[in-house]
Amino acid sequence: MASAFDYAPAPESRAIVDIAPSYGLFIDGEFTEAADGKVFKTVSPASEEVLSEIAQAGEADVDRAVKAARKAFEKWSALPGTERAKYLFRIARIIQERSRELAVLETLDNGKPIKETRDADLPLVAAHFFYYAGWADKLGHAGFGTNPRPLGVAGQVIPWNFPLLMLAWKIAPALATGNTVVLKPAETTPLSALFFADICRQAGLPKGVVNILPGYGDTGAALVAHPDVNKVAFTGSTAVGKQIAKTVAGTRKKLTLELGGKGANIVFDDAPIDQAVEGIVNGIFFNQGQVCCAGSRLLVQESIQDELLDSLKRRLSTLRLGDPLDKNTDIGAINSEEQLTRITSLVERGESEGAERWSPACELPSAGYWFAPTLFTNVTQAHTIARDEIFGPVLSVLTFRTPDEAVAKANNTQYGLSAGIWTEKGSRILAVANKLRAGVVWSNTFNKFDPTSPFGGYKESGFGREGGRHGLEAYLDV
Amino acid sequence: MSDKTDKTEQNRLSVFKTYKLYVGGKFPRSESGRVYEVTDSKEKWLANAPLSSRKDARDAVVAARKAFGAWSGATAYNRGQVLYRVAEMLEGRRSQFVHEVADAEGLSKSKAAAQVDATIDRWVWYAGWTDKIAQLVGGGNPVAGPYFNLSSPEPTGVVAVLAPQESSFLGLVSVLAPVIATGNTAVVITSEKDPLPALSLGEVLATSDVPGGVVNILSGRTAEIAAPLAAHQDVNAIDLAGADDVLAKELEIAAADNLKRVLRPQPVDDWSAMPGIDRMTAFLETKTVWHPTGSLGASGSAY
Repeated sequence: MASAFDYAPAPESRAIVDIAPSYGLFIDGEFTEAADGKVFKTVSPASEEVLSEIAQAGEADVDRAVKAARKAFEKWSALPGTERAKYLFRIARIIQERSRELAVLETLDNGKPIKETRDADLPLVAAHFFYYAGWADKLGHAGFGTNPRPLGVAGQVIPWNFPLLMLAWKIAPALATGNTVVLKPAETTPLSALFFADICRQAGLPKGVVNILPGYGDTGAALVAHPDVNKVAFTGSTAVGKQIAKTVAGTRKKLTLELGGKGANIVFDDAPIDQAVEGIVNGIFFNQGQVCCAGSRLLVQESIQDELLDSLKRRLSTLRLGDPLDKNTDIGAINSEEQLTRITSLVERGESEGAERWSPACELPSAGYWFAPTLFTNVTQAHTIARDEIFGPVLSVLTFRTPDEAVAKANNTQYGLSAGIWTEKGSRILAVANKLRAGVVWSNTFNKFDPTSPFGGYKESGFGREGGRHGLEAYLDV
Repeated sequence: MSDKTDKTEQNRLSVFKTYKLYVGGKFPRSESGRVYEVTDSKEKWLANAPLSSRKDARDAVVAARKAFGAWSGATAYNRGQVLYRVAEMLEGRRSQFVHEVADAEGLSKSKAAAQVDATIDRWVWYAGWTDKIAQLVGGGNPVAGPYFNLSSPEPTGVVAVLAPQESSFLGLVSVLAPVIATGNTAVVITSEKDPLPALSLGEVLATSDVPGGVVNILSGRTAEIAAPLAAHQDVNAIDLAGADDVLAKELEIAAADNLKRVLRPQPVDDWSAMPGIDRMTAFLETKTVWHPTGSLGASGSAY
């Protein structure tokens, strides 16, 4: 990354966030220890520094939290929508007030650059609460009948890639529709959810409406299987999603799943190259590529392959990898050692199967979990790196000649979450967008999110939609 | 169909109908060569229906997949026209279906006629939905940024449909029509006990401009045919209307293997009641398409 103009470090201060040495579970409005006293540590992926010790919820804690949520449901669901709306507006406002603190916290616990937590995650988190706050007293107009009813207790399990944003996607619509929630954040990123518990306290949210249970996969499994949970919402891997679908089979539990993806970013020969390069970078290197809807397969029209790859490599050479708290940083740390191992092994697989690996000159910090932005060329559809979700900063480049071939290759995947189209020709955008089997299609842009927009997958990327009017359905008895 | 003969032709031996499956627009026998005895409500023999095998189920999926591209790509107006044409053909065969439904379900002529009328009307109702559902469940999203952003519904794909066991014709059409109205293609398993009206529907579909493979009709043991469909990697969704609780759970577990969309059995007291749109939306995906509206590249970040 040597360049004529080196940047001076511009670190964001971490003094704004006060992380306690230990945190409990948040059940019925109180922080409490786990019944069996178990704890685990959460570390900063950029430095491996232990940030805090967190109570680890077990089955007894799940039961206690579901009971609290069940009890709170009676009053919460009976509350006039206008009152529920005001609680959600309060939460949205407090998130805005505390957004700098939360951005620093999220960067510390997750490893993603402060630029992203500050400019993407936090504004979207607040926006989601604002958006769904407005629905709380308008549900009769949402197209689900005149008096749609909440389901009851929602058990929600979220991933580590966007800890607070995924919490917002789950909790905001659940509360707006009158459900109460028990949410399990990921074991590597529990902190922002626990800070959110404090926001609920500040907002005066009734006890038991929101319960937070940090823990590992077994905690999530216990929550999903709990007989008194009425709705299960999960964002995470397709493998776990399938397991959850089996667990709730034969029950009346309503289920929505947001799972993996292997998004195709299709660049036609008439695309605006500079914009496309930015979109490709954003599509796969945003959040270190740890994004379910990442554009991890670049499909480029053969005639412009060389030109595009030259531009792309030049652009990648300017990306700055390092301290996530530095405001100049583009690429932060991989979330965990486990994830780094997974990325590393898939990349080795890519090399051994004959794809050509390239990374810009890039110095990796000595502590923490890091992976340089990586590009594979000479990739075929049969290669593992073209089929499996890597969930890291690794882009596989494939080529095509005709639009039909592009569509066929884009759709040749078990997944169906996202896709991108780059061309100046409007009719081509619409024709290709029509044929792509994906829940979100970005044309001449990528990785845009908005609370008013339904988001979710086709095929094995899951079912149900989050965001927008559609997102209400998952939490209503319809 | 029946061994009853017309009173004016007492001496004439009636011609029985050989009931066959309807797969890929053709009328094959079961590849297994098996049939089973179908009786009326008084246990009197009506016909031998094909006893479909797992292979028949897989063949039907291949046909349904092949038909999906054109059917889902047809204009909604066109699909509406085709569905309405089915209603026209049904109307013309009204007396045949009254006869078959009466035999199958042990109903009086007038009650069977009411069932068939309701079925034809149901088909007409769904014919009118094809070009309206998108406006109801899709729409523009007012995002906070310079983007055009549109959500529209799209068919899920190949849907396996377990038709209700008790309502051999109205129930069948009530679960089939919404699936194809929205552009999906279907593999339907008829009522196990009363498959004949459903098999005759295949003859109507074949003469109604419905492209071959859009609807595929299998008769036989529901559990036996449903198992490979629920586990099939190229089936996108399954409607469990015709499954009991035990079978439904088993199939739902199998369906999780490729994350099929599952419509669990819903309590239905009366198939003639107005259905609402739930059976259509159960087999629709939502696609959200984004495009910038700002000037490209003006600030270097408007991509």
